[in-house]
Parts: sequence; C-alpha cells; structure tokens
Amino acid sequence: MTDTAVEAEAVGTTEPLLSVEDLHVSFHKGSQTVQAVAGITFTLRRGETLGLVGESGCGKSTTGRAIVQVEPATSGKIRFGDTELTALGRGDLRTLRTQVQMIFQDPISSLNPRRRVNDIVAEPLNIWRIGTKEERRESANAMLDQVGIDPFLLGGRRPREFSGGQCQRISIARALVLKPKLLVCDEIVSALDVSVQAQILNLLEDLKQEYNLTILFIAHDLAVVKNVSDRVAVMYLGRLCEIAPSDVLYEAPAHHYTAALLASAVEPDPEASRSSAALLGEPPSPINPPSGCRFRTRCPRAETRCAEEVPEMRQIAPGHQVACHFPISS
Amino acid sequence: MSPGTLLEVEDLHVSFATSRGSVQAVQGVSLSLDQGKTLGIVGESGSGKTVLSRAIMGLLPRSSTTQTGSVRYNGTEILNAPNDDLRKLWSTHIAMVFQDPMTSLNPVLRIGNQITEPLKIHLKLSKGEAKETALSLLMQVGIPSPVERYQAYPAQLSGGMRQRVMIAIALACAPRLLMADEPTTGLDVTVQAQILDLLGQLQHDRDMAMILVTHDLGVVATRTDEIIVMYSGNVVERAPTNVLFKSMAMPYTEALLKSTPRLANPSHTRLTAIEGRPPDLLHPPAGCPFSPRCPYAQEKCHREKPPLVEAAPGHSYACWFPLTAARPQEVTA
Repeated sequence: MTDTAVEAEAVGTTEPLLSVEDLHVSFHKGSQTVQAVAGITFTLRRGETLGLVGESGCGKSTTGRAIVQVEPATSGKIRFGDTELTALGRGDLRTLRTQVQMIFQDPISSLNPRRRVNDIVAEPLNIWRIGTKEERRESANAMLDQVGIDPFLLGGRRPREFSGGQCQRISIARALVLKPKLLVCDEIVSALDVSVQAQILNLLEDLKQEYNLTILFIAHDLAVVKNVSDRVAVMYLGRLCEIAPSDVLYEAPAHHYTAALLASAVEPDPEASRSSAALLGEPPSPINPPSGCRFRTRCPRAETRCAEEVPEMRQIAPGHQVACHFPISS
Repeated sequence: MSPGTLLEVEDLHVSFATSRGSVQAVQGVSLSLDQGKTLGIVGESGSGKTVLSRAIMGLLPRSSTTQTGSVRYNGTEILNAPNDDLRKLWSTHIAMVFQDPMTSLNPVLRIGNQITEPLKIHLKLSKGEAKETALSLLMQVGIPSPVERYQAYPAQLSGGMRQRVMIAIALACAPRLLMADEPTTGLDVTVQAQILDLLGQLQHDRDMAMILVTHDLGVVATRTDEIIVMYSGNVVERAPTNVLFKSMAMPYTEALLKSTPRLANPSHTRLTAIEGRPPDLLHPPAGCPFSPRCPYAQEKCHREKPPLVEAAPGHSYACWFPLTAARPQEVTA
C-alpha cells in the first residue's frame, strides 16, 4: 500500500469498492451444517490488492465465491460500490458480472477444451454485444497480446495445446477483456512452477496498474500473498484472525495463528532459522467448531476466556485489526 | 566407492517410447549418497526428478522405457534387475513416500492392513506381532489415537494424516534409504512443517539415508546435506547445501531462486521471472538445455552442451559461463 493510501485509510477518505459485512456461508451435509464462512467483515478500497490467506478448509475460497455470487451467502451483506449484491435479481446480477470477474485455480479445466482461445477471450464481448464483430475480434486479440499470447500465431489453438502457465494467461485475458473493476483470484498460481508463477505474478501486477484493478487475491502461499498484496487478511476456520498492511503483518503479526503460519513457512535460505512445526494437530471440523475463539484448541496462549468469549475484531494500530483476547504485542 | 556409500548412480539415461518419438526424460545423471545423509533433488515439472527417483527404485515400466547406466545399492547393481530381486530390496532396504497421499493408499483397505502387509511379507511377523508393530509405528509418526485409526479407511483421514500413514508404511521394515517424492506438496504449511520435522527426526533416529525430491528450494534449504538441481533431464548443478546457496554457479539455479517470492522481501518486490518455458523433451536443444531462456547465453551455449564438471570439491555444474567465474566482457554486457 502506498503511504497516501495508508493516510487515506487513517482518515477514512477512500470510498471502498467492496465491503463485506458479517458474511456467513453454510453448507448442508446430511443433517449437519458446515459453517464454511462464519461472519467475516472487511473492505476493499479502489485500486488495492487484499490478500486472503489461510489453510485448506478455512473458507477463503468460499468467501471469494460468495463475493462473485457463485455461492449464495447464507446471511450478511456484500456491497459493491453502491449496489447490494446479495439483494440483486438475476438480471441485475448478470449485468454486474461485467464488473466483477474471477480467475480460478486450475487453469486448464477452467477453459472450454473445445473452443479456440481467441473465441474464449472474445466470448464475454460477444455475450454483451460490445462493438462490432470486427472490434470484438480486435479487442480480444489485443488482450491476448497483452498477456503474452500471440493472437495470430496461437489464437486459433485450443486450450490443450497450451501449458498451465499459458492457460492461466488466457484465463486472465478472458477475465479482463470486459475491463472489470474487481478481480477475484483464487489460488491462481498454486498449480504452476515457480518460474512460471513469477511470470504470472509480474503480469498481474502490470495489468493491475494499467487497468486500475482492485484485486482480492486468495492463496495459501504466504510469500506469494505478501508479494502481491497491499493488505493481508488471515482466515482460520471460517473467521478472520487479523488484517493488516502486508509489511506490518509479516513483520509483527499480532494473532498467534498468523505467527504460527509464518513460523511454519519454509524459506529458500539455509541461514534462515529452520522452520519447524509451530502448530500441532490440524484444524478442527467446521461442523462442530470450538466455542469462543476458534483457534483456541491449537493456540499456545489460550486461556479460559478464549473458550467463553468470541474475540471481536479490534484495531490495535492504524489499519491493523486483530481478533484475539491476548494479541502478541510488538 | 567409499565405504560409507549406500547408493551410487552412474550415467543413468531413461527414455520413454511415445507415439511422437522417444522422450529423453533423464539424460546421463550420476549421483552418490552416503549412509545417513540427505540428498535434495530440485527441479520444476518435467525436469526428470520424479522419473529419476522412480528409476532408482526400479518402478518404471520395463516395456515402454529404456534405462541404461548403473544404479548400485550397497555395491549391487539394481538397474534392470529382475522384479523378484527388487522385491527383496523394497521396503526392507529402499522405501518410498509418494507425492499424493490421497491416491497412493488403497482406498478400500483399512489403514492397519496396509501397514501390516509389508511386515508380514518381508519380516515374516505373525498377525499379532505385525499389529503391535503397526500400532507403535502409527504412534511414532504422530497419529493420535492409533488404535482407532488402525481400523480407519484412508478417506476418513485428512491429507496430513494420510501422509503420516504413508511414512509409517515406508518405514515399517526399517529401510536404509527413504525416497520421498514431493512428500509435502499439497499439504498446508503448518502440516508441511510437521511432516518435514517428522521425516528429519525419524531419519536421525534410524540413521537412514534420504532422497528428498521437491520443486521447492525452501523445503531443501535447511533439511539436506547436498542438493542436485535438475533441468530438462540433466543435472545442471550439484553442491553441498550451504555451498549451493552461497555460491551458485549455474544461471538456472539462480533464476529459480530469484523467481521464488520471499517472505523476507517487502511486498511488491518485482520477481525475476524466467522467460519462456522448459524445452520440449522430444526435441531438446543442441547446446545447453537452459540456453534458450538463459540471460547470459552466448553462441557457444546454443551450440555445445556443457558437461557437468567438478569445479571445487563437491561442487559441480554444467555451464560454460558460470556465475562464480569472472565473466568475459561480452557476457556481462
């Protein structure tokens, strides 16, 4: 985040592009209810990238899917600009999708294997009948060119002829061809090799500048999230633990879960203190989550209060919020 | 061969016959591993690291592959050895933990049966003894309430738990060499740290040698004695772990490290991506396999393939213009 953005946040001048308020998403599994997302609140300001990290099953993908309305929210509010998304009818929602786009994890299966890539990228324009046929073809080609796929050489090929990294570039082109305002990226680099991952991350950064995108970047890799994000939110078992500007979060985590995640991460440096398992066991089931703080069963600092009282999100420094009764003081 | 050497691979070539031609997956790899040591094999997809580890194990299908060279375990040649001979080595001497704990366990057999199977076959334990050993193994790999888990099916366990079961099976007959192929890929960071700790501790307790195959330089940085970097079927650099990170010589190793996002760097640090992608193994380039993507490549690199040479004790690399050497003027330009 730039300094001005920090200041703007402190005085509350930037209007958020997206605000999520007390979002709940539950699934039914037989007679049981799985609370995948259990009341999370955050905002995304225009032009910023918010990273959403957590381990599998923490609800980070469900949150992303709920925002683009692929998954219906059980309760809570999702406001995009001035529009309340959860209350929209089908038609209005469809119109809105031109402004909110999502890129998925598996680059190959998220593209139609039977279609040529220039048709895949032109499809959103065709659906919305934007411009003449010629113009659509041109903007699709320009978009492909911009993500590093030569439209004249490769545009007529089908997804199976491309590598995973190239398919992810095509997915990005498809998502951006309508010039959306908000982009939700769900683990978009986790299936790629590091060298290709770096290409995609750099590309995303360039496109973000060019199209003034606001991005929700969902991933499990802490280093990747730090690299792309202005702010980072950490999720555990359906709830948010901590939100802070990325450099602050990684430098001085206040939540014990954030600290444990960072301590577990491996670094390509033999001099770095050897990561070791900072947490024992695995997250409990979201069907029957622990009372109070959901992390307390694995938390080194947990006390009786943590079992009795759900910790509320509270501000401990400008822009730094944490949901913990006994946060780590820096 | 020095007295402590457990595994020695010499000039190993593996090629697959495909409908489009022969794929040279491993092109002349040599390595050696001493008892109780850990070797990391690092590379991206298609680098040949998994094929190499499977060739060492003798797991590649004989009908569609050609394997030449030599793989010696404890002085005995095991490459292309008859399956009956290999079966005597598997589990009791060499065991493997596979990449995907979701699919490498048998979904319709209880966990207990899968651990006791090698014990009964290889160690000829009775049913009761095998069960006792299996329960103690489950305990050793950190599975809570082993008596209940013994009766469980793989689908009832989480990914991390399944990987622990895989490790218990691999260790059941006390092998001297453990091959771990991407043992933590697909696991969450906190679970990854647990599994790596567990492997390290078991290896230490049992004085077992280990080959850790991974795409992640972070996984091998603090947990190996020596690292081999593979690219497009070739070993491009080999060095003791601390030497490799301190004075890497091969531009590919450097590129791999620089393209990895680091926790230590501030956010929005521009990554140094490697442009392009690995060569097609059906038509490998004539010169250095990395030359089409290498920022320092010279004409010679495109023409002649550099051999793997030992430049300092224990440190070998295959590069005409290594990073550590003083570069000729035109290279830095």
